[in-house]
Amino acid sequence: MSAAKNVTDANFKTEVLEADKPVIVDFWAEWCGPCRMVGPVLDAIAAEHAGAVEVVKLNVDENPAVASQYGITSIPAIYLFAKGELVKKSVGAKPKSALEKEFADYLTAGN
Amino acid sequence: MSPDFGPVINALNLAPKNDEPTVTEQDDTVHDVIIVGSGPAGYTAAIYTARANLSPIVFAGSVTAGGELMNTTEVENYPGFIDGIMGPELMSSMQQQAERFGADIRYEDVVALELEGEVKTVTLEDGSVHRAHAVIIATGSAYRELGLPDEKRLSGHGVSWCATCDGFFFKKQHIAVVGGGDSALEEATFLTKFADKVTIIHRRDSFRASEIMQQRAFDDPKIEVLWNAEVVGINGADKVESVTVRDTQTQATSELAITGLFVAIGSDPRTGLVKDQLELTVDGTIAVDGRSSTTSLAGVFAAGDVVDSTYRQAITAAGSGCVAAVDVEHYLAALESRSVLHS
Repeated sequence: MSAAKNVTDANFKTEVLEADKPVIVDFWAEWCGPCRMVGPVLDAIAAEHAGAVEVVKLNVDENPAVASQYGITSIPAIYLFAKGELVKKSVGAKPKSALEKEFADYLTAGN
Repeated sequence: MSPDFGPVINALNLAPKNDEPTVTEQDDTVHDVIIVGSGPAGYTAAIYTARANLSPIVFAGSVTAGGELMNTTEVENYPGFIDGIMGPELMSSMQQQAERFGADIRYEDVVALELEGEVKTVTLEDGSVHRAHAVIIATGSAYRELGLPDEKRLSGHGVSWCATCDGFFFKKQHIAVVGGGDSALEEATFLTKFADKVTIIHRRDSFRASEIMQQRAFDDPKIEVLWNAEVVGINGADKVESVTVRDTQTQATSELAITGLFVAIGSDPRTGLVKDQLELTVDGTIAVDGRSSTTSLAGVFAAGDVVDSTYRQAITAAGSGCVAAVDVEHYLAALESRSVLHS
């Protein structure tokens, strides 16, 4: 799983919705094999695009409220929030290039 | 933590980890053999070629390492495990066994292969190029989709391909599994841990699955079977609310109110990297010569589900990985003796 910062149901609003930068949220759980595989991929994206986006993770087992609010029923679910809005989502473990392509609009600083 | 997941989590804790950062490097060596894929076929080929001192490199995939078994729970039919073994744990054991003999396993994705000529090149996602005298293609298969217009749209919002990942979201709900093979029945049985009711939708009047899996499903009070039924529509604005089912005998359609649809209708061989270079069969698998792993190009071998649309078991894939490794050994030996004769 990724080394990203944990967010919770309690601080999702301040850490994600009210963040200055776009935030990629990795919805994951311990029992989900593909989630573990995609974690390091997200870490690499976080490191390479640190100026443009922040990557955080949310454990759906411990924090069911946010996942349910967004109607998530499959993990890994990788959602990108900007200015308090859900703007992009990707479901399933995908290689780095595929995720970078899907989130391309938000990976360059200044957007 | 949900107690239902204890064994899954334990197995995943043992499973391969790809936390090491990817390093782009210049690789000037022409290796003996490169293996693409890391399911039972890829790892078995790695064990055998490593033991033959061929120093195999395995490109295991960044998010697909371990293959299809990484998403399964209990594997009860792999010989040698009296009480069964969890899929991820089995794959972790194979990986470690290959590494013990010197296989170099890398969690990277292959984006291109050039298979003609005596030296084959393998290009990775990071742009690095690796070369080898022989290549084993063990890329397995990809889940088949229903091909319905709303399937993609509702994927992640009720439509799922991974029961172990997503079962949790359907606690106390009525869900459906489409399919009639071992994996469909295994998923259905697993999903009863969470759901109140699981309807198996199958387009024939009998299952392909093994007798033991069928019996387990029939004995489960939470499982109901809809025979001769085809899913022709998935309905719901933001999430799955029902599916439209057509009776294959009468053609009559009806709606089944469910909140989740797990698709387990089989898979297709993953031949995207090779389909323009290697001969394929009518089933879409890579064509091999008889019981060997020899493809239409010299020095290129194929193993596992990518060559097999019939048996598709962990053990047959492993056996076929062994065949490929032995074929590579013979091929390289012949290559060497020829170059000795010519020099």
